[in-house]
Amino acid sequence: MSTKENAKDENTENGSADQDNKGRGDSSSGFIILFFIVGLVASLVVGWIVFPKLLYSRKKQPIDFNHVIHVEAVDEGCESCHFFREDGTFSGIPKLEQCTDCHEEAQGEDPNEIKFVEEYVAKEKEVPWLIYSRQPDCVFFSHVAHVKMAKMDCATCHGPVGESEHSKVYEKNRVTGYSRDIWGKNISGFKKNTYDRMKMDDCAQCHEKETGDKGSCFQCHK
Amino acid sequence: MNKEHKDTKTKKFGMVIDLDLCTGCGACMVACMAENNVPFKEDESNKLDSITWMRVYKLTNGKSFPDTDICYIPRPCQHCGGIGDHGHSPCVSVCPATATDYDHETGIVSQIYTRCFGCRYCMAACPYHARYFNWWDPVWPGDMKESLSPNVSPRMRGVVEKCSFCFHRYQQAKDRAYANGRREIEENEYQTACTQACPAGAITFGDLNNPEHQVHKLVNPDPKHCGRPKNPKAFRLLERLQTNPKVYYISSREWVRRAGDNYIKNESKQIA
Repeated sequence: MSTKENAKDENTENGSADQDNKGRGDSSSGFIILFFIVGLVASLVVGWIVFPKLLYSRKKQPIDFNHVIHVEAVDEGCESCHFFREDGTFSGIPKLEQCTDCHEEAQGEDPNEIKFVEEYVAKEKEVPWLIYSRQPDCVFFSHVAHVKMAKMDCATCHGPVGESEHSKVYEKNRVTGYSRDIWGKNISGFKKNTYDRMKMDDCAQCHEKETGDKGSCFQCHK
Repeated sequence: MNKEHKDTKTKKFGMVIDLDLCTGCGACMVACMAENNVPFKEDESNKLDSITWMRVYKLTNGKSFPDTDICYIPRPCQHCGGIGDHGHSPCVSVCPATATDYDHETGIVSQIYTRCFGCRYCMAACPYHARYFNWWDPVWPGDMKESLSPNVSPRMRGVVEKCSFCFHRYQQAKDRAYANGRREIEENEYQTACTQACPAGAITFGDLNNPEHQVHKLVNPDPKHCGRPKNPKAFRLLERLQTNPKVYYISSREWVRRAGDNYIKNESKQIA
């Protein structure tokens, strides 16, 4: 009997001891969970907000360009300035010579235009435009195949640039040296519009949809 | 199949080299290096290091005077299609990185330098030694870097490179055709640098699928037999490996044609 009682006592003692341990465990595990959550939030903030800010250096275009005014003034839309040469190559961003055709002297009061005329036209110096959609050296892209043959709109890949009144900030990836427009604004890589990104997968996605296959490597590489 | 390419015919670009005309001057090699930004080395005689997309070899019949005879044989990448042109080229089938692939629209074997990681399996697999490894970054003396072609991306240390049949010229030719509202290019719009540089006119380039093209007329490839030439004077290198190359050679000399395949001495019957 006595042994049983003893055992019972021990049990209760042990039981209370267990409860004590449990109580202490609760507070410490709560602290661990809190610590984990705080750490997770901190690393998410670093990963999603601080890191992308650090990764890209922000540069302003030498001249704040107003596309809206220019689109209104020209007859042939984008191709008035971003034209095709006779051999099918694409001129890209216009050279100074072309701008000078209209802007030999300032036509208005806009400080940007005056700056352009004084610093570049007068000195016959090319404007060092930053190219948002510059691809790596190994990429071959034929504008004429897409615009003339496939009858695609410029905006499908470049977005509504023609509706912009100011040049947006050029963000350069400090590691790769490429523009942020290639990777896309969204750091996680989600895209809503066709012009959100300009990576190889985006080309391949459209090619697969429109032509039925991604094509061979040499179609776009050189 | 490709929607866009349904409108255009499948091409099979190939080359015919007339060895009776080749003088071994090496103009094709020079033109190729200049066209494709091929780096040169301080010691070009070090053949483990030097890179020659197009290379002229010298063959001799091994006989002494007065029967001695030599033949120069230019060797670009053979752009093998494999049996039935399914793209089972020796190099393409071994590449673990898919850095080289077979273009079914043009029959050209590509090499994507940014994708290659330099394992050199393809070099081991290529029976023609047409592939070269960049042991060093290219060094361009003086201002020469400024005169590199922007149409061909330069290679870096640690990747394999090879002849591309001047694929950038095909891209440019297509752009020109598109600008004029055409889908198909003309025969003379796409020619490789070596073809145009050859002073003897020994090299002919064009679409082997197109009976109108000179290359087709010269060799008359037999589609039933893996594109083997019907012209008895024409041959391909190592025909018996069935790599189905797109580079054909023409020679009126029997010993040259036999040298195109490594037959065992005194072998009586050609295995085909």
